Amino acid sequence: MDSALLVHRIHFAFTVTFHYLFPQLTMGLAPLIVVLKTLALRRNDETYNQAARFWVRIFGINFVLGVVTGIPMEFQFGTNWSHFSRFAGGVIGQTLAMEGMFAFFLESAFLGLFLYGEKRLSARAHWWSAVAVFLGSWLSGFFIIATDAWMQHPVGYANTADGSVQLSSFWELVLNPWAWWQYAHNMSGAVITGAFVMASVGAFYLLWGKFQKHARIFVRVGVIAGLIFSVLQLFPTGDGQGRMIAENQPVTLAAMEALFVTQPGAPLVILGQPNLDERKIDNPIEVPEALSFLTYRAWKANVQGLDAFPQNLWPDNVALLYYSYHIMVGLGTIFIAIMLVAAFLLWRGKLFSARWMLWILVLALPFPYIANTAGWITAELGRQPWLVYGLMRTAAGYSKLVSAGNGMFTLLGFMGMYMVLGILFLFLVRREIEQGPEAEVSTGH
Amino acid sequence: METLWFMIVAVMVAAYVVLDGFDLGAGAIYLSAGKTTDERRKILRAIGPVWDGNEVWLLAAGGTLYFAFPLLYASSFSGFYLPLMMVLWLLMLRGIGIELRAHMENPVWVGFFDLIFCVSSALLAIFFGAALGNVVRGVPLGADGYFFEPLWTNFRVGADTGILDWYTVLTGVVALVTLTAHGSLYIAVKTDGDLNRRTRNIAMWAWPLQLILTIVALIATCYVQPSVLDNYKQHAIGYLIPVLVFGSLGTMIYAIRKQKDKLAFVASALYIVGMLVGAAFALYPVVLPASTDPAHRSLTIYNTAAGRHGLTVGLTWWAFGMILALGYFTLLYRMFRGKVRLEGEGY
Repeated sequence: MDSALLVHRIHFAFTVTFHYLFPQLTMGLAPLIVVLKTLALRRNDETYNQAARFWVRIFGINFVLGVVTGIPMEFQFGTNWSHFSRFAGGVIGQTLAMEGMFAFFLESAFLGLFLYGEKRLSARAHWWSAVAVFLGSWLSGFFIIATDAWMQHPVGYANTADGSVQLSSFWELVLNPWAWWQYAHNMSGAVITGAFVMASVGAFYLLWGKFQKHARIFVRVGVIAGLIFSVLQLFPTGDGQGRMIAENQPVTLAAMEALFVTQPGAPLVILGQPNLDERKIDNPIEVPEALSFLTYRAWKANVQGLDAFPQNLWPDNVALLYYSYHIMVGLGTIFIAIMLVAAFLLWRGKLFSARWMLWILVLALPFPYIANTAGWITAELGRQPWLVYGLMRTAAGYSKLVSAGNGMFTLLGFMGMYMVLGILFLFLVRREIEQGPEAEVSTGH
Repeated sequence: METLWFMIVAVMVAAYVVLDGFDLGAGAIYLSAGKTTDERRKILRAIGPVWDGNEVWLLAAGGTLYFAFPLLYASSFSGFYLPLMMVLWLLMLRGIGIELRAHMENPVWVGFFDLIFCVSSALLAIFFGAALGNVVRGVPLGADGYFFEPLWTNFRVGADTGILDWYTVLTGVVALVTLTAHGSLYIAVKTDGDLNRRTRNIAMWAWPLQLILTIVALIATCYVQPSVLDNYKQHAIGYLIPVLVFGSLGTMIYAIRKQKDKLAFVASALYIVGMLVGAAFALYPVVLPASTDPAHRSLTIYNTAAGRHGLTVGLTWWAFGMILALGYFTLLYRMFRGKVRLEGEGY
């Protein structure tokens, strides 16, 4: 592969992967904070307000990290992927600019009120500012997903004489069916992260024997939300997303499943290693005919394998795609299991004393992050070798005048900078957790 | 339609510079104006609830530029690759400086983050000024509309330019001085006592420098890019812009002497708007002049704009979004109006 192309791809992949560690928690926590604020209003109980304030502090730290790592994403469309921007800017400029106008302004203005205005606002007004922050963060997510969905499944565009594409229908772009499935799947994934983090911190306090009242709220809200959204993640959102891929990117589906040969009654591979040289799965554990059923709702349906497509249309890293997809699905299944057991114990009133289950909740914390990351790798690697599916190859999109050396220099710069950011982030969050929900306003100057 | 979007983008950039300008400026004077810990905390509280929202204007202006003139975005962002990446790193450092300082108790760490905040703010002001200088001076555009500029070459203007030459260094210094005064006046508005007096003094000392630099920069611009005068010659109404610029400067020193901080701050904002509008008026309809073959290779609003349908649709939602945004910001600034106090809630 052209080394400049590789550097630019890793540049974007690295910065966006690191970036998305933060928004997935802010988007996931935002509705849960609204839940806590609502409970505080309804029950007129200060504990819920303290609980909400604690999560707002965690939210605030994440938000700052999300903003500072998000700005480079917008810049890179121009700096590293200028040929892509020239080609597609006439269409995706719509969604990217709308994100700024509708989501960022809303989110940042009300976060200021939300974080620093509690004493100046009435309880109800403060509740509204929480809702506004929630709306802003979810709108932001939608516009970004709509942009990505257009790259996955371009609609509402027209080719022009200078070789670029331009918007032809605004509503087709915004109502792209791919965007809505992907949005539902992605946001549900974000709430899973939020719920697991909340439950995990609550379980940590229960094991530690501190802040019991708040900890029970955290665990209860986290487990209930976690169970609901773990299930939604599989069905209908994951299922719908999968059928989008089967319909519009059949070669991607074949690569995700590492299905080398077209066959009726295709099996679903649970475990096994794709062997690209011999074009088969090594050491497979399979469920017979399950892939056919999941894709077409018919056990004997014919599923196209990779052999049905010329190799230059295959995603360029089948193995990594296969593994990310399987890691995502595997973890998603485990999440449902964990939350089912935890919810059962909660219902029986035994969860808060079941130390083994609390330990599982604490240790589960990193896995939603891994699952969300693996999901995005699946989406983006699955689209390869296309940058805009069927319209522009990835190799045609990067900035030709930005050399591999310059790209490498800034990539290393970002790696160093993000390492420092990551350490500071962990340090700050650890401090907030140690101080706990009863600490009065540790944020602010 | 292209002209309308050119004006919209120009207004959004101006809004960004006026808004984020005062918190960058407040950062630049931070160490010299805030002598005690309490004074420094006051400065941070004055910008704390709003700096993040101000920075969002950069994203919104960038997003709108990307939407309306995709080729301009593609060409300029890839051509200014290295300085833009450094701007990103500085923005990150600055965000860290502001937000993390509050979480530190150890005075050495506080001092460390204070320094980061101050230095990155000042450098950002210089970078943004130099960026504007580059746009006015022109860049070595190729036939395909792309270019790549090294950080510096021989510091001369001409065909073989770098990001930094004597002219762009000059515009960088103009920006630093302008934003220093702007930020000082904002802090003067938001505080009282020693800090109020000290920041007003900084603005007073910066004023003669600002006046001289403005004149020097205007003369240098006419020398570096003689075509900037064309629009003024054709449309005499343009001469109102320098009147605005110097009128605002005059009002600034009057208001500073009379201790009318709010008036001085508004005048400073108008001065910034005047300088930016003046540059935009001079360039129009060019958005990135080519130093190589200006007549044929320059990027204009016409050869960089997005499709007509997209621009038309965009007007609708842009107007709607702008009204909402103005509403939020009015609300935000109203909530945090008045002088800052250290007691009470965070900030």
